[in-house]
Amino acid sequence: MIITEKEVRYVAELANLKLSEQEVRKFQADLDEILGHVKRLNEIDTDGIEPMAQVLYAAGEVDSWRADRSAPPLGTETALANAPQAGAGYFKVPKVIER
Amino acid sequence: MLARRFSAVELAHETLRFAEAQNGVTNAYLHFSPERALSAAARVDRKIARGEEPGALAGVPVAVKDVILTKGTRTTCGSKLLAEYVPPYDATAILRLEEAGGVILGKTNCDEFAMGSSNETSAFGPVRNPLAPDRVPGGSSGGSAAAVAQGTAVVALGSDTGGSIRQPASFCGVVGVTPTYGRVSRYGLTAFASSLDHIGPLARTVRDAAALLQVIAGRDPLDATSAEVPVPDYTQSMDGNVQSLKLGLPREYLKDLTSETGDLFAAGVETLRTLGCEVREISLPATDYAIACYYIIATAEASSNLARYDGVRYTSRSDNSGTLAEMYRNTRGEGFGAECKRRIMLGTYVLSAGYYDAYYLKAQKVRSLIARDFARAFAEVDAIVAPVSPFPAFRLGEKLDDPLAMYLSDIYTITGSLAGIPCMSVPCGKTAEGLPAGMQILAAHFNEPTMFRLADAFERCSAGFSM
Repeated sequence: MIITEKEVRYVAELANLKLSEQEVRKFQADLDEILGHVKRLNEIDTDGIEPMAQVLYAAGEVDSWRADRSAPPLGTETALANAPQAGAGYFKVPKVIER
Repeated sequence: MLARRFSAVELAHETLRFAEAQNGVTNAYLHFSPERALSAAARVDRKIARGEEPGALAGVPVAVKDVILTKGTRTTCGSKLLAEYVPPYDATAILRLEEAGGVILGKTNCDEFAMGSSNETSAFGPVRNPLAPDRVPGGSSGGSAAAVAQGTAVVALGSDTGGSIRQPASFCGVVGVTPTYGRVSRYGLTAFASSLDHIGPLARTVRDAAALLQVIAGRDPLDATSAEVPVPDYTQSMDGNVQSLKLGLPREYLKDLTSETGDLFAAGVETLRTLGCEVREISLPATDYAIACYYIIATAEASSNLARYDGVRYTSRSDNSGTLAEMYRNTRGEGFGAECKRRIMLGTYVLSAGYYDAYYLKAQKVRSLIARDFARAFAEVDAIVAPVSPFPAFRLGEKLDDPLAMYLSDIYTITGSLAGIPCMSVPCGKTAEGLPAGMQILAAHFNEPTMFRLADAFERCSAGFSM
């Protein structure tokens, strides 16, 4: 076994995901199978190989820069339009600090 | 339309009516945008009336995958979390296609946040393959592929992270193009895995797909990853001449094919030979590691990108939460479907303390090897031909409960995505049951012209029996 149910619960905490007991069991089995497949990466020799974080192409160093010009922002009302709860120009969330 | 036998508005009306009537069969569209469509069509008509150039896509009905933002028109990403989300701005690709006269009919169904290979992970029900309604259309751009195949849109925009344009295109018998990474601005594309995400066209013909790419391609200051590389005129390359073009046939891509798919692909390769192409076997040795590499990198990036759906700014929110932490957890636990959760979990795990080097860094190094395989191959050949999927469209529900089997089915499309090279699917015949197969064409970075030249020549030659 590569991953335990305990680790699944821990990862769910890190990911801010509430999982049911049934989901914990299911994801333990799924992740274990997938990680079992992933283990094959250890077979391949990557000594001295640079990690590839982005697709790169030949270009000048500043080609992807844009002019630093200001543009009108969305505006508070528009930015809040999709919020589940908003008020007084802010996003509202459950209380963080108790009085 | 230019002869004024019908107007763009009439065409938009008719296509909308037809698409709405047909939608019960496939569930390809999630919602329509009649107001936006009719006002875009009216703009085209005004231009024609004034004798102005109406644009390369004048009046063309377009379907847009529901992960691409449309101002004022709901964009759900196939997720319950964004069921009511109305974007405050348009994606650059949307603005460009409307500037060229394109008429957006509506938004198409897809796997939730583009995570899936069958369109079955959508929170709004699966899409049915218009050619075989008991089968999937492929995914994640299943709705876009189905709409084009069904004729409820002439062209469509999809997005591709590991095969999400090419695989549904092959399952639905249409053309699908994943351009070079950076060729098309992703501004306004909902991020899944940022180092792999692409926007690309789906169409009935290679020419239509190239025409749509022509319009949306090019540098965009709003997307720092969009490339400062001039966009060539794609129509010029499609002259039908592929004499002596050197094609590579990767040995590693031929072993897992079902026999019928293998036969169709072999027949396609034979067609290319008769056209005068020189086909030789090549090797891409890192292929066996591509799935493992992809599902680490893509899920790691996804776990980070999907962190923003937290019940504060744009998603729905879970009602029964006392504290902020509970609110985050419940919102995400109730809102995401199983596949998104699985990938967030996998991505969070491979990035978590103690595992980063073993998984994420290792996968990035393997990605270098995959890209290197292609670079070496393109020093020898002009393009690579390969199957798109090991099998044709499968039945709804057939693979949904076996995530690894679903992931493994992406084997032929994932390598090109990891390398960031242009690749596309062209129809390549049908099985005895009438299920389409696709021929994949891959070319070097920014060599879309060679890819289109070959695809167009192949299409001209095979159109008789494939459609």
